Amino acid sequence: MESNILLAAEHLHLNRQGKTILSDVNLSLRESEIVTLIGPNGAGKTSLIRILLGLGEATDGRVYRRADLSIGYVPQRTSINSVLPLRVLDFLRLSARYSLEEITLVLKEVGVSHILNSAIQTLSGGELQRVLLARALLKKPNILVLDEPAQGVDIIGQQALYKLITAIRDNHACGILMVSHDLHLVMAATDQVVCLNTHVCCTGHPDHISEHPEYLKLFGDALDGMAVYSHHHDHEHKLNGAIVCTHHKECGHHHG
Amino acid sequence: MDDFIINALLAGTGLALLAGSLGCVVVWRRMAYFGDTLAHSALLGVALAVSIEMLPIFGVAIIGIVLASLLFWLEHRQELSNDTLLGIMSHSALALGLIVLSIAQNQGANVDLMAYLFGDILAVSREELLWIYAGAALVLSLFAYLWRDLLSISVHEELARTDGVSVGKTRFMFMLLLALTIAVAIKVVGVLLITALLIIPAASARLYSRTPLQMVLLSIFFGILSVVIGLISSLHWDIPTAPAIVAAASLLFFVSNLFQPRA
Repeated sequence: MESNILLAAEHLHLNRQGKTILSDVNLSLRESEIVTLIGPNGAGKTSLIRILLGLGEATDGRVYRRADLSIGYVPQRTSINSVLPLRVLDFLRLSARYSLEEITLVLKEVGVSHILNSAIQTLSGGELQRVLLARALLKKPNILVLDEPAQGVDIIGQQALYKLITAIRDNHACGILMVSHDLHLVMAATDQVVCLNTHVCCTGHPDHISEHPEYLKLFGDALDGMAVYSHHHDHEHKLNGAIVCTHHKECGHHHG
Repeated sequence: MDDFIINALLAGTGLALLAGSLGCVVVWRRMAYFGDTLAHSALLGVALAVSIEMLPIFGVAIIGIVLASLLFWLEHRQELSNDTLLGIMSHSALALGLIVLSIAQNQGANVDLMAYLFGDILAVSREELLWIYAGAALVLSLFAYLWRDLLSISVHEELARTDGVSVGKTRFMFMLLLALTIAVAIKVVGVLLITALLIIPAASARLYSRTPLQMVLLSIFFGILSVVIGLISSLHWDIPTAPAIVAAASLLFFVSNLFQPRA
């Protein structure tokens, strides 16, 4: 295993109640690398993340985690139990007794230092997300796992969020694994896109925006921070996920 | 003041300490029905204890622990939803308890069913008082030990898990603590009204709290206040004590809703 690999999935399989959720999935994340995992709903993205985080078990295959690994996890858009009175400060102190300085600093970094004493239930979706990000950062992670961070965020908000995530990568030198169900718009700073639909359909660098002048003309500044990823599959999927060859030849399941 | 009033006050306060703190977690984790199930099973514990001439509080504790373990085990291997499962357990235990109790009575045991359904706080003995406080001390120290983990899993189970909190263990431990709390409560408010003391003071406290700890302390305060008001009105108007305590708790809840801070 290369020494700069932080986390890797090797030939992961997952079957649940006779249904194949993941099939021979390989994936690796290196230091300071941003990997975006995309795929339609039900593609197994969340299952894969859970296995990588150690929250779930794979049926077969292996997960490599570097020995010194500290993972910061930002779950999918979530709501915090509203029956429980909790300030942001208390919430951030749930996992360990961080000092007020540490907490103030990290809240400032994610741009929400003003809500330290607010009740967590009163936060907007975007604020809550940043608090969850702050919570992950407090662990001094060398990997940050973000499940659908852009869900329900408008394009301007996405741009700001992606800028923040890139800045976090630069400042903390941590690897970032991000999940998105948006098949076409991924973060520009992404080093590698992994397209998952039970199996890994294709991987690669997102194409550079400048190669798509039409797109740029259409969306202008709103696309700053975004890139369009074009998929290179040698097969298509029917609605039920079955593989259909697109090249009039056996595609078997080797991807180019 | 008469001895029995002081004993009643002490017993009620002991229970309010327990019910107030654990009740907050019951409210946070939406476990009211679970509390009810444990409470109903308490009758079976009483019946068994009476049959073998043991102090009821032990019978209730043992049956509660058995039931909590059974439920915890079933949760993971059942197609049925949790509330159905709880309903089955709750009523099976209640029916079984009534049957065992009637067998015990037929064999000449002298049991006052009403005393266990609604408690008999004015007849708490020195020995029982001792056990109530011993139980309270045990439960509260374990509760304090589990506090951070309980809080974590109540806020967000998945996040707690990534923090390395053993979610299953913490949940199971809390179920056991709840079983012990019900054992302590049986003499004070009885099987049918225990859940009220777990939930109502905590619900009142929620309105005025900004932090989890504040909610626990306020919930204990509301619980003790309910005991005092209930006891006084029970003596003054000659009404049954346990219902008076619960009615006082409800009254405090409605009043505190009227004077809710920050709309």
